[in-house]
Amino acid sequence: MRYFFELLGEKSAVLFDYIGGVFRLFTDTLLYSFKPPFKGDRILQQSQRIGVDSLFIVSIVAVFTGIILALQTAYQMQMLSSEIYIANIVALSLVRELGPVLTALIVAGRSGAGITAEIGTMTVTEQVDALYTLGSNPVKYLVVPKFLSLITMLPILTLYADLVGIFGGYFIGVHRLGITSNMYLTLTFEALAFKDLFSGLLKAFVFGIIISIVGCFEGLRSSGGAEGVGKATTTSVVISFVSIIAADCLLTFIFYVLGQ
Amino acid sequence: MIEIIGVHKSFNDHKVLDSIDLKIEKGKTKVIIGRSGCGKSVLLKHMVGILEPDEGTVKIEGVVINKLKEKELNKMRMKIGMLFQGGALFDSLTVAQNVGFVLEEHTDTDKDAVRERVKEALSLVGLQAIEDLMPSELSGGMKKRVALARAICMRPEIILYDEPTTGVDPITADAINDLIREMQNKLRITSVVVTHDMTSAYKVADQIAMLYQGKIIAEGTPEEIKNSNNQIVKQFVTGAAYGPITETEHLVFGHLK
Ligand SMILES: Nc1ncnc2c1ncn2[C@@H]1O[C@H](COP(=O)(O)OP(=O)(O)O)[C@@H](O)[C@H]1O
Ligand SMILES: [Mg+2]
Repeated sequence: MRYFFELLGEKSAVLFDYIGGVFRLFTDTLLYSFKPPFKGDRILQQSQRIGVDSLFIVSIVAVFTGIILALQTAYQMQMLSSEIYIANIVALSLVRELGPVLTALIVAGRSGAGITAEIGTMTVTEQVDALYTLGSNPVKYLVVPKFLSLITMLPILTLYADLVGIFGGYFIGVHRLGITSNMYLTLTFEALAFKDLFSGLLKAFVFGIIISIVGCFEGLRSSGGAEGVGKATTTSVVISFVSIIAADCLLTFIFYVLGQ
Repeated sequence: MIEIIGVHKSFNDHKVLDSIDLKIEKGKTKVIIGRSGCGKSVLLKHMVGILEPDEGTVKIEGVVINKLKEKELNKMRMKIGMLFQGGALFDSLTVAQNVGFVLEEHTDTDKDAVRERVKEALSLVGLQAIEDLMPSELSGGMKKRVALARAICMRPEIILYDEPTTGVDPITADAINDLIREMQNKLRITSVVVTHDMTSAYKVADQIAMLYQGKIIAEGTPEEIKNSNNQIVKQFVTGAAYGPITETEHLVFGHLK
């Protein structure tokens, strides 16, 4: 029993250390984001890699999600003879929930892992140390561009995923379920209020912070050669996934309470 | 001048540096020898403030660097060039961007002038016409030389070399030794060279210090170190497999049991 509590104490100390480290990196990143010099080209290059290169996979996942949502909703609604709500439910689920979360999970798996692998390799090959000796701060030089491009690109990608997903739902609604095109679109845009869009994009913004900071943190603390970088990359993806879902739960709860 | 005073450093209970005192005079070359893993790189990293001592101070030109704010520390770092063990070239940048990194990032030197300086630094290490290559296209020895060019490009007053001759062929190694000497003779640069290559140590050193189990156990001119009576130093400099250093390690290479 004693042993159990000791172990628990040790584990929670490690956890608090970790959270403290992530939080410190986050505040440092914020500080350096506002500190000149500003290098636009590095942010642009990152945005290209994070945003544009994810477009294809985000499109595929979003269109399938829209189709699945429409079919599953149709299955339920047909029992209640209320097919009219399909457009509604598809749009709201996508914009409030699935758009931001699925996009974030894709980007965490793609770019988050890539960020950790890149910075991790730089750490274990002493490139990060070299940055210090050349008078550049690694947070400013490496973390800030990735952070800024993720917090802007993720909401944009999310918006795009929302649209593509709605199109997937529309396709099923119009071609399978016999709702007229005009009707489907009207129902969709009537269902969406500004606060739905806002809550979804705010989520995306927060997920962008999580992916960039966790990805960079794991990269900067990796050690032990290629194997260490591999481990850090796995850890980075796992922690991002769990944190995204946890943050989503918390945000959804907050919006729910505020909405009442 | 670099002064290291009573420096201790541990990583998770593993004591790497145990009260180190070391002084490197201006314009002199100090070589630090010791086995792999004994803390040579860790010691070197204290001299540019990448690592902070748990206890003790590091002074450069009389300034305590482990107390400096980032801005002042960066200014100090501009006067120090460091060659990393594996080169540590930025693999997303070209050779020219690597060598001219500081000039491009931290000065407003115009592009032509940067190109000139990069060329000059590369030719000092015997390289030319490789400006547009990526580090992944270079051999190990070339990487090391490019890294050296990066370290000397901003014309530092101090250069720290982490195993400059490890992993390069003997001819390049000798050229690097000559370069280290030349930097000192012509430009009066203060150098610290970390190595376990005794040929290189004897060639470039004004003073040699041996690091063993976290302490400096011997210090002197190459001649004094060569003729040391300390059994540990003797074993290391002659490269004998058997002796006090390896008493507890059962080195049985080549003795099949
Ligand atoms: N950042 C670090 N974190 C934990 N341990 C480290 C770190 N850097 C070095 N060490 C440990 O310190 C010891 C000395 O390493 P190092 O200075 O690289 O040896 P060498 O003399 O070969 O250069 C090694 O046991 C190494 O594992
Ligand atoms: Mg070393």
